[in-house]
Amino acid sequence: MSAPAGTIRVHAPQPSLLGRLFEPRALGRPAPLARILVYGGLLAWALVVLFPMYWLLVTSLKLPIDVNEGPKYLPFVDFAPSLHAWQYLLVDMRNDTLRPYLNSVITASVSTLLAVAIGSMAAYALSRIAYRPRLGSILVFVLCLAAAVLAMVALGLPWWLAATVGLALFYLVVRALGHRFRKSLGNGDILFWMISQRILPPVVTALPIYVMFQRLGLLDTHVALIVTYATVNLPIVVWLMYDFFASVPVDLEESAQIDGASRYRTFFDIVLPLARPGLAATGLLVLVLAWNEYLLALFLSSANAQTMPLLVAAQNATRGPQWWYMSVLIVLMILPVIMIALALQRFFTRGLLLGAVKG
Amino acid sequence: MAEPGEDSRRAGVAEWLDRRASAVFIMPAVLVILAFSIFPLLISLYLSLARFRLAPGGYELRFAGVANYKKLLLGSEQWHFLGRFGALSALDWLVVIGVVGGLGWWLARYLARGRVWLPGLAGRLVFALLVGALVVLAAATVGEGVSLGSLSTTLVYVAVGCFVQFAIGLSLALLCVQPVHGRSFFRVVFFLPLMITPVGVAYAFRMLADMSKGPIAPLWNGLGLAEFAWAADPWLARLVVVVGDSWQWIPFIFIVMLAALESQPRDTVEAAELDGAGGWQIFRDITWPSIMPVAATVMLIRVIEAFKIIDLPNVLTNGGPGTATESLTLHAFVLWRTLDLGGSAAVAYMLLFVTVVMCVSFFNLIVLPYRERQA
Repeated sequence: MSAPAGTIRVHAPQPSLLGRLFEPRALGRPAPLARILVYGGLLAWALVVLFPMYWLLVTSLKLPIDVNEGPKYLPFVDFAPSLHAWQYLLVDMRNDTLRPYLNSVITASVSTLLAVAIGSMAAYALSRIAYRPRLGSILVFVLCLAAAVLAMVALGLPWWLAATVGLALFYLVVRALGHRFRKSLGNGDILFWMISQRILPPVVTALPIYVMFQRLGLLDTHVALIVTYATVNLPIVVWLMYDFFASVPVDLEESAQIDGASRYRTFFDIVLPLARPGLAATGLLVLVLAWNEYLLALFLSSANAQTMPLLVAAQNATRGPQWWYMSVLIVLMILPVIMIALALQRFFTRGLLLGAVKG
Repeated sequence: MAEPGEDSRRAGVAEWLDRRASAVFIMPAVLVILAFSIFPLLISLYLSLARFRLAPGGYELRFAGVANYKKLLLGSEQWHFLGRFGALSALDWLVVIGVVGGLGWWLARYLARGRVWLPGLAGRLVFALLVGALVVLAAATVGEGVSLGSLSTTLVYVAVGCFVQFAIGLSLALLCVQPVHGRSFFRVVFFLPLMITPVGVAYAFRMLADMSKGPIAPLWNGLGLAEFAWAADPWLARLVVVVGDSWQWIPFIFIVMLAALESQPRDTVEAAELDGAGGWQIFRDITWPSIMPVAATVMLIRVIEAFKIIDLPNVLTNGGPGTATESLTLHAFVLWRTLDLGGSAAVAYMLLFVTVVMCVSFFNLIVLPYRERQA
C-alpha cells in the first residue's frame, strides 16, 4: 500500500490487537501523577463509551419484570438472564425480523457498490482528464431544467415530455450558440460541485424524491432506497477517491496506454487494483452510513422495503417502549458493523482521515 | 463465428466508446446528481411556493407565492419555527448591541483593508445579517414565558454539540498521544460509537437517562431526584439530545485529531522541551498552530452533518416537551406527515439557506485562511 504523499502518517503498523495491548514502554515517560491523570481520563472515557453498549446487551437478556423493577446490572448475580426476547424476535417473529434485516443488507450493500462504482469512475476521470465545461452551456442547461420543472408542476405536462422538450431545447441552443461561450470551468469546479452536494440537507430532496418514486410506482421498493442512498453518498466517494487517485503515480497507466490499452482497460485492470485500499476504506464508510440511515428510509419505505433503523424505531409504538426487543434489534444491528470496524479499523480510519485531513 | 458485418459494427461501437471515454467516466455521476439532487432541489423550491391540497381523484398544487415562508416567519407557524417572542430585557439589549456592534466593526475592518472583492463583501454582508438576526431572535426567545423555535433549537444542537465534541475529542486525542500502554486498545474502543445507528444511540440514552429505572437511578435516588422528569423540561431534554449526539460523534473528531497530532514533527516539540518550555506553552505555540488546519476542516465536516440532525430528537424525545427539541429536519418531517407539503418544503429550504450561509462562511472565513497561512 503506497502512502499517499501529503497524508498524515498513522502510527507505525503494529502486529495484532493482543500484541498492541502489550506494546513496549516508550522512552520519555511523563511524571507519575500525570500518568495517573492520563490513564484515569482514558479509562473514564472507555467506561463512558462501553457502558451504553453493555447496557443494551444486558437489557436484551432481561425479562420485562427485570427492567421495570429498577436497575439490575449483572446477569446471574442481579437477575437470571433469559433469551426470551431473542427467541421471540428470531424464532416466533422470524419473518418480521429477517425481512427488514435482509432489506437493510440489500439496500446498504447494493447502494454502496453503486456509489463506489459511479463515484470512483468520476473521481478517476477528474484526476486524469481535463474537463472544460463551458459556463454558458451550464447556464442554458439550468434554465432548460427549470423550464422543464415549471412546465411539469405548473402546467401538468407529463414528466417524460417535459424532460424531452427540455433536453431538445438545451441541445438546440448549445448547438447554435455553444461556440460563442468563452468562459469555462475546470476540474476543480466540478469536484467542488460534486462534494458540495453533501451540504444539501436530505430533507430538502427527500420530499420531491418521494413524489418522484410515487409517480414511477417505485415507492417502498429496494430500488428507491438504493438509488437514493447511492446519490446521497456519492459526494463522499468522489471526495475520498479523488484524493486517492491523485496520489497514485501515473507511470503505469501511461505505459499501458502506450501499449494500446483503452481508458477502460487501464482503469479496470491497472488503476482499480492499485486503489484497493482506498476503495475498501471508502466502501466501508459508505456502507455504514447506508446501514444506519434513518430519515430517507422513513420517507421512502413503509412495509415491504422497511429497513432495520425503522424497525428499531417502531418498537416504541403501541404498548409503550419494549426495551428488551429494542435492545435485541439494536445489538443485531450493531454486531456486524462492530465486527467490520474491529477487523478493518485501520482501513476505516484511513477513510475518515483522507477526507478530513487533506480537505 | 460472427458475421463480418456484426464484427465491424462492434468495433465501431468500441471505437466510439473509446473516443467518448472522458464523458463515459464522468457522466453517470453527473446524471445521478442532476436527477436526484438538482432536479429535486428545483421541485422542492416550487413546492415551497405552492399550496398542496388533497382533491377528488388525487391532489392539486396551487402556486401560492411566498405564503409558506410568510406563515413561518410572521404567521401561524411562527411560534413553531422562530419561537414565541417576549420583550427584550436590559441584558438582552446589551448582548444584541454588543453583537451588532461587533459585526459592524468586523465589516468596517474588512472594508478598511481596501482590497474589497465584491462576492466576498456580499457573502460577509449576508453572514453578518443572518448572525445579527439570529442573535436578536435568541435574545427575544430565551427566558421565562417565551420559547425557542425549531430554528434556534437546531442552532443550539449545532453550536453546543460541535463545541463539546471538539473539546472532548481533542482532549481525548491529547491523552491518547501520550506514551501510555494499550493505546491501540483505547483507540479502537473510542472509535466504536461512530458505528452505531443513531436510532440505537437514541434508545440507549433513553434507557440510561431513565431516572427511576435506569442504571444511574440509585444515584438520583440518593440525591432525591428520582421523580424528576428531564423530558418535561425543554432545556434538559435538549441537553440529553446533545449528550447522545456528542457520544456518537466525539470519536470522529478524536480519530482525526489523533492522526493530526501523531503526524506533527517530534523534533520541534523535543527541542522546545529541551529549551525548558512547559506543556501548555508547547501546546499553544507548536501543537495548536500545526493541527489547526485539520481542526478547521474536521469541524466543517461535523457542522455540515450536524445541521441534518433528526434521529436523536425524534426517537429520544419525540420532539417534546411540546416542540422544544424539534430540529428543522424533524419540523419539516412533521409537516410532511400532516400533508402540509408546501410548509414542509419551506422549512427545508430555510434549513438549506442557513446551512449554506453558515458552512460557506465557515469555509471562507476560517478554513481557507488557515490553509493559506500554512501554505
